[in-house]
Amino acid sequence: MTSTTTDITTKAATGDGIALPEKAARALATGGGALTVISCFLAWTWTAAYPGNLTVYGYPGGLQWLVLVSGALTTLFGLSSYGIKGLKWLTPGGADAAVKFAALATLWTTLFTAWSISDTLGGLVNLEPGGFVAVAAALATYLGARALPFERPVLDPADPEDSTWEQYKHNARNRREIVKAAYAAKAPAPAKPLPAWAEILVIAAVLGVALGVFTYGITTPYQELFIGFLITAGFGFAALHKAGLIARFTTLTARHRNVALVGAFVAAAAFPLTQTDDQYATLGVNILIFATVALGLNIVVGLTGLLDLGYVAFLGVGAYTAALVSGSPNSPFGVHLPFWAAILLGALASMVFGVLIGAPTLRLRGDYLAIVTLGFGEIFRISMNNMDGKSGPDITNGPNGIAGVPNVNLFGFDFGAAHTIAGFTIGRFANYFLLMLAITFIVVMVFRRSAESRIGRAWVAIREDETAAEAMGINGFRVKLIAFALGATLAGLAGAVQAHVNYTVTPDQYVFANAVPPNSAFLLAAVVLGGMGTISGPLVGGALLFLIPNKLQGMGDLQLFAFGVALIVLMRLRPEGIIPNRRNQLELHKDLEAPTVLSKAGA
Amino acid sequence: MTTTTTTTAAPAETVLDARGVTMRFGGLTAVKNVDLTVRSGEIVGLIGPNGAGKTTFFNCLTGLYIPTEGEVRYKGTVLPPKSFKVTSAGIARTFQNIRLFNNMTVLENVLVGRHTRTKEGLWSALLRLPGFHKEEAASREKAMELLEFIGLAHKAEHLARNLPYGEQRKLEIARALASDPGLILLDEPTAGMNPQETRAAEELIFAIRDKGIAVLVIEHDMRFIFNLCDRVACLVQGEKLIEGTAGEVQSDERVVAAYLGEPFEGAPGAEEVAEVEAAEAHAEEDHEAEAPADTPADDTPADDDTPAADSTTSTTTDGEAK
Repeated sequence: MTSTTTDITTKAATGDGIALPEKAARALATGGGALTVISCFLAWTWTAAYPGNLTVYGYPGGLQWLVLVSGALTTLFGLSSYGIKGLKWLTPGGADAAVKFAALATLWTTLFTAWSISDTLGGLVNLEPGGFVAVAAALATYLGARALPFERPVLDPADPEDSTWEQYKHNARNRREIVKAAYAAKAPAPAKPLPAWAEILVIAAVLGVALGVFTYGITTPYQELFIGFLITAGFGFAALHKAGLIARFTTLTARHRNVALVGAFVAAAAFPLTQTDDQYATLGVNILIFATVALGLNIVVGLTGLLDLGYVAFLGVGAYTAALVSGSPNSPFGVHLPFWAAILLGALASMVFGVLIGAPTLRLRGDYLAIVTLGFGEIFRISMNNMDGKSGPDITNGPNGIAGVPNVNLFGFDFGAAHTIAGFTIGRFANYFLLMLAITFIVVMVFRRSAESRIGRAWVAIREDETAAEAMGINGFRVKLIAFALGATLAGLAGAVQAHVNYTVTPDQYVFANAVPPNSAFLLAAVVLGGMGTISGPLVGGALLFLIPNKLQGMGDLQLFAFGVALIVLMRLRPEGIIPNRRNQLELHKDLEAPTVLSKAGA
Repeated sequence: MTTTTTTTAAPAETVLDARGVTMRFGGLTAVKNVDLTVRSGEIVGLIGPNGAGKTTFFNCLTGLYIPTEGEVRYKGTVLPPKSFKVTSAGIARTFQNIRLFNNMTVLENVLVGRHTRTKEGLWSALLRLPGFHKEEAASREKAMELLEFIGLAHKAEHLARNLPYGEQRKLEIARALASDPGLILLDEPTAGMNPQETRAAEELIFAIRDKGIAVLVIEHDMRFIFNLCDRVACLVQGEKLIEGTAGEVQSDERVVAAYLGEPFEGAPGAEEVAEVEAAEAHAEEDHEAEAPADTPADDTPADDDTPAADSTTSTTTDGEAK
C-alpha cells in the first residue's frame, strides 16, 4: 500500500516536469521576480500606438506597472521565505504558497501584456527585446515557484479493475489534490499584540493602500489595463491571503471595528478628491448605489434567507417616488419637495410597497417565494410602463419615464454645480458620490445594528430552521415581514438618490436581468459573489459586478458569457463568496477545522 | 419513587389540561380522544410503541398541529393555534430529532430562546435606545446562567453544530428553558445516549423540576421513565391505554402486551400461524396508510412483536375510520 502511494506521488512529482533542488528553486523564484521588476524599466514595444506607452527606457508605463508590482510582490515574499530579518512579518502563514500565487500574478500579467501587444499591433515582431526579457523572467519566476517543495498528500491509486472513465476520474481527482496541496498554506499564528495606536495606524495604512488600488481600478483608461489589473489584483489578493496577511488584517479590524469602519468611509470619501474631473466619479457614484442596494438585499437574502428575485423594484419605487415629487416637468403632480422630504418619501413608499408585497407572499417558503417575488418585480416594471395616460392613469409617463429631474439642493448646497473646498474641486458627480456615501453609511449601520440584536438573531434563526424558530416563540411571519420591509426601505433610499444622479427614471432600468448592472439578477449575484450575511461582501461584490461590465464594454455580448463562466468557476472554488461569513464557510466546507470558537462572526 | 413525596405536598395547580384531543389526518386517526393533565411540579411520562401518536400529541399541544377535536388549556386558558403563541404562553419544547440553529453559537441559540420574553424591537436596535443595552445584557446574563445550569457555559462561543450529540440535546433543553416556561415538553431527550449520559439527563430533568417547571416527557427507555416520572401515561394506537404511577403502569398487562405482544395460550398451531400472518399483512397495509401521519421513530422495540401488537388494535382504528 505505502509503496504504491509513493509510486503515485513520485510519478506526479516527475509529471510536473519541474525537478529542481529547493535552494535553486527558491533562488530562481526570487531572482526571477527581481529580474521581472528590472525588465519593466526596458522598452517592451517600439511604438506608442499600444496604449500606455511601453516604449520608454527607464520609466515603466501602463501594464508595466502592474507587472512591476507583482514582480516586486514575488521578490518580497521570496526574500521573506529566506527568513530575512525585517521581512518575516510579511508571511505569517508561510511564504511558499504566497510566492506561488505572486508568481502566477507575474506570469499571467506579463503573458497577457505580451499577447495583447502582439494582438493589437499584429505579431510578435512588435515586441522589443525588453518584452522578451520580461516574459522569460516571468516564466523563470513561475518555474522556480512551482518547483518549491510542498507537503504531498497521500493518495490512493486508481483501482485497475475500474473502467477507463472511472480511472480517469480518479486520477483527475488525485491531480486536483496535488495541486490543492501545492497551493495550501497553514493558518497564521496569532500576531503579537501591538499598542492600540500602532494597530490603528496599520489599519489606516492598509485602507490607504486599498483606496489606491481601488482608485487605480476605477480609473483604468483602457480595457487592456483593466484586464491586467484584474489579473494582478486577483492573484495578488490570493497571495496576500496565503501569506496570512489578510487574516492578520481581519483580526485587527475585528478588534477596532469602529475605527476600521470610520477609516473605510474616510478613505472612500477621499476618492473624489483624488480625481481631477468628474469622469470617474460618475462610475463611483453608480457603484455606490449598486453596492448599497446589494447590501440592503443582503438583509433579506443573507440574514433572513428569503430569496428575493424582484428586489430591484424597490429601488424603482424609491426612484419613481423621488422623481415624481422632484418638480420634474414630466411629473403630473408638479410639486417640488426639498430633497430630504423626497428621500424620506421614497423610502416610505418603498417600505409600503415592501409590506404590500411581503404580506401575501411571505407565507410561502423557498422556491415559491422566489418565483412570486420575480413576478412582482416584473409587475412593477410593466405597471410603470402602462401608467402613461393611455392604458392606465397618467402618472409615470410610460416608457419615456420621468425626465429632467432637477439637481438636489440640500440646505442651499447645490449638488449640480462644482464646488471648491480647500483647494479641491468637487464636481457634480463627486457631490453625489459623497451624498451616496452618507446613505451607504446609514445602510451599513442599519445592517450592523439590526444584525446584532434580538431581531437579527430571529432572522438567522428563521433562516436556519423556521419550524424550530417558531417553536422557540418567534413570530416568523412578522419577523420576515420586518426584514422584507427594511430591505425595501434601504433600497428606496438609494433609489431616491439614483433618480437625481441619472436625471431620468424609466421602467427599463428596473428589469430582472440585463447586461447593465442595477437589475435583480446582478444584485443577487453581487450578494452571493461577495459573501452572504456580511457587510463588506456585497459592497465588494457590487463594486466588481458594476466595474467589470462597465470596463469591458468592448467585449460586447461575450461579456455576459464570461460573467456566467466566472460565476460558475467562483461558486465551484469558493461557494461562500469573496468575503465569507465564517459560519457559511464552515457550512460549505465540511472538511475545515470544525471546533472553532466564533466571536463576531463575519459581519 | 422518593421524588413523589416531595411534590405532592405542595398545593398542585393544573398546568396543562388536554381534554379529548383528537387528531385526524384524512381517514387516519393518529390521536384519539386523549385526556392528560399535568400539575405543577410534576414529571409526567408519555410512553407507547412506535407510531402510537406520541409526537403527534406533542405537536397538538404545542400548536404545530391544530387538533381536530378537543382543547388544550394551559393554566386555565385555551392555547392559541400558533406555535410561537404557545411558547409565549409558557409551554416550551424540544424535538425528537435535534433541531438546533446549527450555524449559530451556543449562546446565540439560547438567546433566540429568550425572544418571546424580550421586547426590544427594530427601532430600539437601530437607534440603540437606552433600554437596548440593558435588555441585551440581561438576556445574555440569563442565557449564561442557563448554560451554567446545563454545564455548557465554557462552550458558549462554539457553533452549535460542533457540539457532541449529548451536548446538543442539552443545549436544546437550555434553549427551551430560556423562554421561562411553566411546562417543558421533552421529546425523547435520551435517544441515542449512553447510560452515563442518560443518568446525567435524569439529574438535569429533576433539576428542571426543582426550578418549578412541570415536565412532560416522551421516552422509550423504560428504566429512565420509571425512575423519573410521578405519573406515566401509555398511548397505544392513538388512544390512552392507562395512566397511573410508574408501578401501576409497569405491572399493567395491557402495556406489556402493547410493547411485547400477547403470549400465546398453549402451543402455536398451524391456524394461529396463519392468523398471525394475515394480521401481519393487514398491519402492513395499515402502516402504509399511517406513514405520512407519524414521524419516523428511530429505535424499535423487538421487531418480531410489533406486528402482533399492531394487529390487535388495527381493527379498532379501521372501525374508527368508517
